[in-house]
Amino acid sequence: MSAAASADTDLEAFRLEARKWLEENFPKSLVGKAGMMMSEDGGPANAEDYGKWKKAMGEKGWGTPTWPKQYGAGGLSTAQARVLQQEMAKIGAWNPIGGMGVMMFGPTLLEYGSEEQKKKHVPGIVKGEVWWCQGYSEPGAGSDLASLRTQCIDKGDHWLVNGQKIWTSGAQYADWCFALVRTDNTKKHEGISFLLIDMKSPGVEVRPIKLISGNSPFCETFFTDVKVPKENLMGPLNGGWTIGKRLLQFERQGLSGGIGGGGLNRGGEARTLDQVAKAYVGANDNGQVADADLRMRITNHMMDARAFMLTVQRAMSEAKGNAGPSATTSIMKNAGSRIGQERAELLVEVMGHQGLGWEGGGFTQAELDTVRGWLGGKATTIYGGSQEIQNNIIAKRILGLLDHQ
Amino acid sequence: MAVLNEEQTMIRDGAKSWVQEKSPVTAFRKVRDSGNPDGFDRAAWKEMAEMGWAGILIPEEFGGTGLGYLTLGLVLEETGRTLTASPLISTALTATTALLLAGSDAQKQKYLPAIAEGKLIATLAVDEGPHHHPEKIALAGSASGGKVKLNGKKTFVLDGGTADLVIVAARTSGKPGDKGGITLVLVDGKASGLSREVLKTVDSRGYANLTFKDVEGDVLGAVDQGAGVLEATLDRARIGLTAEMLGQAMQSFDITLEYLKTREQFGQKIGTFQALQHRAAKMFTDLELARSCVEGALQAIDRDANDVAQLASLAKAKVGDLVHLVSNEMVQMHGGIGMTDAHDAGLYLKRARAQEATFGGSSYHRDRYATLLGY
Repeated sequence: MSAAASADTDLEAFRLEARKWLEENFPKSLVGKAGMMMSEDGGPANAEDYGKWKKAMGEKGWGTPTWPKQYGAGGLSTAQARVLQQEMAKIGAWNPIGGMGVMMFGPTLLEYGSEEQKKKHVPGIVKGEVWWCQGYSEPGAGSDLASLRTQCIDKGDHWLVNGQKIWTSGAQYADWCFALVRTDNTKKHEGISFLLIDMKSPGVEVRPIKLISGNSPFCETFFTDVKVPKENLMGPLNGGWTIGKRLLQFERQGLSGGIGGGGLNRGGEARTLDQVAKAYVGANDNGQVADADLRMRITNHMMDARAFMLTVQRAMSEAKGNAGPSATTSIMKNAGSRIGQERAELLVEVMGHQGLGWEGGGFTQAELDTVRGWLGGKATTIYGGSQEIQNNIIAKRILGLLDHQ
Repeated sequence: MAVLNEEQTMIRDGAKSWVQEKSPVTAFRKVRDSGNPDGFDRAAWKEMAEMGWAGILIPEEFGGTGLGYLTLGLVLEETGRTLTASPLISTALTATTALLLAGSDAQKQKYLPAIAEGKLIATLAVDEGPHHHPEKIALAGSASGGKVKLNGKKTFVLDGGTADLVIVAARTSGKPGDKGGITLVLVDGKASGLSREVLKTVDSRGYANLTFKDVEGDVLGAVDQGAGVLEATLDRARIGLTAEMLGQAMQSFDITLEYLKTREQFGQKIGTFQALQHRAAKMFTDLELARSCVEGALQAIDRDANDVAQLASLAKAKVGDLVHLVSNEMVQMHGGIGMTDAHDAGLYLKRARAQEATFGGSSYHRDRYATLLGY
């Protein structure tokens, strides 16, 4: 038997194993309920079956299928992970292990963490037991992240942290925080370190921030004389910027993946825009949306959305076809977030006053969700590197234009 | 860039180097300045045919290679980069598609091998006014016994002055605006009663207005049943044209980007100014989105997908908007030098507008897209 044929046989054996295990462990009550089990503010919900399913996947390590087995993760090859995903999709199963630990911190930890740090922190992420939040932005350090000022002073047997972080998503539920802190005031980028902070430490205070959407997915986090063990420094002292940037790459990958996977549809309206427009604005005798200007603007948007989906497909086939590094992914975040916002704006406009309800009677749930989705979606061109920062990145890294002197 | 097989990669690379060596923008400029009424260089067309480009869509049994639309698109993207004017669009793409979709075996045998060899220039005559409105065709045809007698006018026919074969979309029954009643007619370029008025247009391509006075031709396909074939032909022509437009937009963008990196003002390269950087980033983003539409549409034709019409309108509108933006930015970012005839920016601008209008502009295709989707 050739090596390739033998690999195929192994893969089919794995498929049967995965199918059997999923059949035994995935609760039927959770079919297709992936999104509903996470509360809107990003915290885990506590349904009994969800707990069972999470525990089973966590112990199996298949929530993080390709991470190393020695830390309790799946240790699967990429091909096996794809098979697992196919088998899960077939029966409507979904991955209950998620959050920033899986998406952003875990991959960075595996790349830059010490062996002790990996042993201590990876298993909790793999099992979905430990929730991480991101301590990056500060009131004075948004797009210019490297101007951050949260102080971290070497006190001999521990670090002493003082300062304030903002936009710490899910900090109210988080057990741990990965943070960028200032360890040298005389340098900008080279004075930043990457620190892991236990959120239960004395001196950590979290205040949720209420947003224009009425939700509080983000917090302000205050650090007042917080003592952090020396071993919680990840990577070299003053070498945190490189690690921090690597983590942002994982974040952007995750964000554009989310956009590609249907993130263009925020809010509760599942119908296509033209269907919604016909329902709210009506149609003329030719079956066209009655308002000609609106009809053209809807078409502009629907064409943009189609072009974006074709780009997602192209990026995927280029990645599979080894066509070399693709510049396509660099445009995904800006294009996807802009198109998603345009859909939300059009939905609100199409619904007229019905699209301006805040809560209570007189509005359908889909209408209210549309409003909240429209407002919440304004964040998509701000977080993960604002639209303007993404344009800087395209101009400098892809197009090779230089910095202003 | 779509994932290509070995043959496609070879053809693309061959086209890239031929265009750079044999058909740079200076060659197009020479055709323009020589006052050549053909609108293209016959010697260059002969070379293109020898490389097999005229027969990319034509099956082997009729003397071509039958490699399909994505492959032809790769060549068009390269020729578009240097504004190479040739019968690729009129003959190898549009007329060939009509013959493949509707021709009898005898008709294919008569025309396709000659097209593949580069010996026959053919074109499709659709428009009858300043705008593309295939649904409003009025040119009168009276059919009897496989022949049609034509009376009327066609406008802005691409390579209409040089075509040896003109495929005319005529109305053989009903009235303008009716869905049915269209017949495609094969007319010899030397047919009696056919008069051609060669037009001088900004993009220096060969267009002509054609007048038909009792001109006789052969039916292509079925009498009164030509609307479907016409639409399918136009969709494939539109998509092929967007490949040429994409290449041209890429080149305009590359030239402009190079200028941003070399031109100095206020003691700086102008490309260090964020106002220009963000406009460049927008163009790059639009280029990537447009490429996905073009390649997605070409691949859809090759696998005979059922949404080719939608994708044709999507690509024509998106790429039309793209070349509009990029050609304007090319002139603007070059400043004064971009206004001179000696610089290429003006050539790209003029070609862009002509392509935008050809086979329907962006607003025509937005309206059509909405109609196709049922709203």
